[in-house]
Amino acid sequence: MHPIPVTTTATATSEISSEQGEDCVEAGSSVISARNIDVFYGEKPALTNVNVEIPRHQVTAMIGPSGCGKSTFLRCLNRMNDLIENCRVKGNIFLDGEDIYAPEVDVVTLRMRVGMVFQKPNPFPKSVYDNVAYGPRIHGIASSRADLDEIVFNSLDRAGLLDEVRDRMHESATGLSGGQQQRLCIARAIAIAPEVILMDEPCSALDPIASARVEDLIDELRQKYSIVVVTHSMQQAARISQKTAFFHLGELVEEGDTERIFTTPKDSRTQAYITGRIG
Amino acid sequence: MNSAVLPQRIRTRLRRRHAAEKRFRCYGVVALCFALAFLFVLLATIIINGAGVLIHKRMLFEVVVSEHHGDRYGAMIKDSWKAQFPEVTERRQRRALYGLISRDAEFLLRERLADVPVPDNGIVVLSVPFSSDAGEFLETDPDKRDSFSKRLSTEQRGWLERIEAGGKVETVFNSDFFLNADSREPEVAGILGALIGSMLTMCVTFLFSFPVGVMAAVYLEEFAAKGRLFRFIEVNINNLAAVPSIVFGLLGLAVFIGLFGVPRSTPLVGGLVLGLMTLPTIIIATRAALQAVPSSLRYAALALGATPMQAVLHQGLPSAMPGIFTGAIIGMAQALGETAPLLMIGMVAFVADIPDGFTSASTALPVQVFLWADSPERGFVEKTSAAILVLLAFLAVMNSAAIYLRKKFELKW
Repeated sequence: MHPIPVTTTATATSEISSEQGEDCVEAGSSVISARNIDVFYGEKPALTNVNVEIPRHQVTAMIGPSGCGKSTFLRCLNRMNDLIENCRVKGNIFLDGEDIYAPEVDVVTLRMRVGMVFQKPNPFPKSVYDNVAYGPRIHGIASSRADLDEIVFNSLDRAGLLDEVRDRMHESATGLSGGQQQRLCIARAIAIAPEVILMDEPCSALDPIASARVEDLIDELRQKYSIVVVTHSMQQAARISQKTAFFHLGELVEEGDTERIFTTPKDSRTQAYITGRIG
Repeated sequence: MNSAVLPQRIRTRLRRRHAAEKRFRCYGVVALCFALAFLFVLLATIIINGAGVLIHKRMLFEVVVSEHHGDRYGAMIKDSWKAQFPEVTERRQRRALYGLISRDAEFLLRERLADVPVPDNGIVVLSVPFSSDAGEFLETDPDKRDSFSKRLSTEQRGWLERIEAGGKVETVFNSDFFLNADSREPEVAGILGALIGSMLTMCVTFLFSFPVGVMAAVYLEEFAAKGRLFRFIEVNINNLAAVPSIVFGLLGLAVFIGLFGVPRSTPLVGGLVLGLMTLPTIIIATRAALQAVPSSLRYAALALGATPMQAVLHQGLPSAMPGIFTGAIIGMAQALGETAPLLMIGMVAFVADIPDGFTSASTALPVQVFLWADSPERGFVEKTSAAILVLLAFLAVMNSAAIYLRKKFELKW
């Protein structure tokens, strides 16, 4: 085991209780640390030398203009980049001290521990129930039907969707509204109890009211999960995150407490971005 | 909207654009009518030519079963037939007389005697088909029968009219056509042998090409490294779809019959050859259908920790199923109508038995059409059209099944 790197900028938020059990390290310590990450699409570099710590039980926001590499970085964290032709990742990413790019790592296990929510809601063309039950079913998490029911109901409840879909559990998920679909995707992700949830602009396809609900949900979810959110909305980052990382042209320009980044950015590019001069 | 406010130049142009639009639609309607007219003429011709096959004339024939003939059923038929025409004495006349009833009559008699014991008076009443020319003569309107002067002598026509006047001729539904296999005699030749042959062949084709094609497509689409080899294979699958079908026949002859020793002229080898031919169509259609499935579904499954196989089996394939079925049915329809490759593997042989399995000698519907169209007997003309109708009906049934399956899979969201 590698020593678990601890962020210097982490603010341990006292209200977080350690619901995760004995393996729960103190909130604010790093769950993921990325070291010297370079990503190339073919010969073209997309990210250069990114070093960042993702604190446990906090929301980390990745902001930056389009094409800055923030989504690319997010996809490194659960190795979804593996699916992209010609994409090469150099460097190390440690999840609880384990290098996820080590040759012996099984991506299936990794993705069980690091869940993902996509930009556009992408429910399976199945029933609401089957959507949430999909993950537990393929991994064989539930021991019985009742157990599976409980997982599904709990996940929907935690995603704040249960009351809306209680009567339509066995209707098609594609009939839900966009906001409901996105919360369903979140319920689907938490049904396999990941440690980390990656969200790639989860609100960009939603209207303001649905966005607000998802934002509230993200804030609640950090009690149990560590969350990384990519967003192009600085206001959203300011509202929901405790830590912010600013990317620009494939570089991690600055990272730190959200409050500090938005009030006293150190780098001139960060300042330019948050004041609306670039991006 | 008042266009008067627009400048003159734009108004003129607008008028021309609307006129062009109207012309364009007219062309479309004309093209459609043209195609429909040809389709109508084609179908009408086939139906008019083939409809006659539904009914035919038979004779209620009293056969005297006599001990001294033993099992020479042909002789019993001839003697009983001759007995009705006492004036016939010459050898030439007798031959002309025998030519009026189907040569199959003796087999019918044999079958009847095998099933039912001979009554005490020794007379068995048998419904016997006329020979092809005689049957056609009787089906013709009495006023228009002169045109038969070349195919039936005046004497023969007289005999037939006498039988008809005697009330011994019945008009019945031609079950022979639907229940018999091919025969040298047009009046008893049937389509069932070829129909069953085609069904068995299609079964083999489907069971061979569908799983292999879908698996190949899934592998190419979801797993194969997209390198130079991949592109080489891709191009060659597309080329294979355009290879003339007779080449597949040659391949089947060399590989399946020559190398593996599959019995020739059977539905098994026919199905394998047609399956090879259908394979590229199914692969191309399946790949297109898989590509059309939004990749977000696949990503969602993978991000939940599904293995790539689970992602494609749970998300990709079910959503692609309607498209895959469409492709499969196009390939199968093509295979059903294919004659050339079957000629190469011996399915063109004359088979007078209904095939009873995948390895019994058989023919197929399009080959039957080809064989009958090639026969000199006039009686096969309407059989040819009728066989085409059966082929079309088979195709329609197959397509409906595919549409049903497609709808069923679409309903599962």
